[in-house]
Amino acid sequence: MTDYNFAYLDEQTKRMIRRAILKGVAIPGYQVPFASREMPMPYGWGTGGVQVSAACLTPDDTFKVIDQGADDTTNAVSIRKFFERTAQVATTEHTREASVIQTRHRIPEEPLGEDQILVYQVPIPEPLRFLEPRETETRKMHSLEEYGLMHVKLYEDIARHGHIATSYAYPVKVEGRYVMDPSPIPKFDNPKLEMAAIQLFGAGREQRIYAIPPYTKVVSLDFEDHPFEPSKADHPCDLCGADHTYLDEVIVDDAGGRMFVCSDTDYCAGRQAAGHRGRLSEEDAA
Amino acid sequence: MTPLLSVRDIRKTYGAFVGCTDVSFDLYPGEVMGIVGESGSGKSTLLNCLAGHLAPDSGEVLFDTRAEGLRDTVTMSEPERRMLGRTDWAFVHQNPRDGLRMGVSAGGNVGERLMAVGARNYGAIRESATDWLGRVEIADNRIDDRPSAFSGGMQQRLQIARNLVTGPRLVFMDEPTGGLDVSVQARLLDLMRGLVREMGLSAIIVTHDLAVVRLLAHRLMVMKSGHVVEAGLTDQVLDDPQHAYTQLLVSSVLQV
Repeated sequence: MTDYNFAYLDEQTKRMIRRAILKGVAIPGYQVPFASREMPMPYGWGTGGVQVSAACLTPDDTFKVIDQGADDTTNAVSIRKFFERTAQVATTEHTREASVIQTRHRIPEEPLGEDQILVYQVPIPEPLRFLEPRETETRKMHSLEEYGLMHVKLYEDIARHGHIATSYAYPVKVEGRYVMDPSPIPKFDNPKLEMAAIQLFGAGREQRIYAIPPYTKVVSLDFEDHPFEPSKADHPCDLCGADHTYLDEVIVDDAGGRMFVCSDTDYCAGRQAAGHRGRLSEEDAA
Repeated sequence: MTPLLSVRDIRKTYGAFVGCTDVSFDLYPGEVMGIVGESGSGKSTLLNCLAGHLAPDSGEVLFDTRAEGLRDTVTMSEPERRMLGRTDWAFVHQNPRDGLRMGVSAGGNVGERLMAVGARNYGAIRESATDWLGRVEIADNRIDDRPSAFSGGMQQRLQIARNLVTGPRLVFMDEPTGGLDVSVQARLLDLMRGLVREMGLSAIIVTHDLAVVRLLAHRLMVMKSGHVVEAGLTDQVLDDPQHAYTQLLVSSVLQV
């Protein structure tokens, strides 16, 4: 297939995106504007992440796509196919084998290494957006480090629910300076934001790129008397028995039956292959 | 005695049109100053210049800062000015919708200024929010309601609580009683008079309502077409107006 340039975007566009990425890495958590291109998929399907991935990929890379932790959902399959066709890169479902991982709403359970890139798809990059609709004002607040408003959101949570009920897109402060929206990952994943891999965030519709360099300090915002708590469903995985992973709740019949399974399908499959069993595992599967 | 606010020759034009010009005055701690005039006379332009919302074309606004004494707020850096705006200054808008966050509960509205200056203890924030709602006569059980569920008078009182919670020294008010009916106005005025006395606040109140300044202001400035035409003690100006425009203003108040 030679009708496309490598990884779909033309070289000038990739160069522009790389510049934005470099700036983002230089100023951790700062939202760098970039000239987002139209991609052959609708906004909300990861156009920002796809552009960042396209700018990062080389022919030697191995690419993995996660959608809500899973490798086999529509979004993940279509983006993986997209790069198989336009870049002919190798793809994988195994976290450890991938060099570039594009993700939507999860960080893999498997710890990432220094030779890996994690690319997030971001719907709304501005953490202050729902409290302050004016872009001019939020930019000023970022530049002057006026982040009191972010705590107003957490205050509202406690006032209404008795605890901080924000369970995803939980705001973080990066390297003691910029407050950042970590994209809609569950707050269970927030502690993992301090990692060895480089993390890049792309918002296509909002035309912003930001980044967390490896080993950067990332602090989840909280109150002294209501500290941050990463939360998950209080069950072990029903397929692999893991009690330390983020779980999806699946309704299995119309009589109230339900099961909890790891949202990271690759991690769960790996554990099952290693012989771990959960409550609903088939006995003969081993 | 050092004035809290010292204004020197403020001038603001919109193209060829004069917003306000040649305004100078001193405001001392604990003093309440009224600015009256008809619509379009430059009152709000002046107030916005003083509060740092508009940049005047020329002139100085010297404020007696806690740390460094008199500083020109026009030339100070924006972070410093915005810091003043959330600590030592307060601004009460005519329309509470401009000064409140309508999507955030009453407690959150009051707590925002505290959190903006670094309060990070939920219990303490909640406690001072409750305290301040009580001081502006809003019942405890409304603390988690949104301002959109409040009446106009309650919204205005909430706006005042939100502004005073950080213990400012200077309050700018732009028509604080506009749009309220007379009995609610009376209650609000009573409350504001009490708070000003109790906290020893200085205030600059812009209004077209002479009754408001009569009740609240110690001193009065009358503006017309961007100029100050008369200034003096409130009672003196209202009882014995010298300038033709002031005489007109005083005589046009409806008597019941």
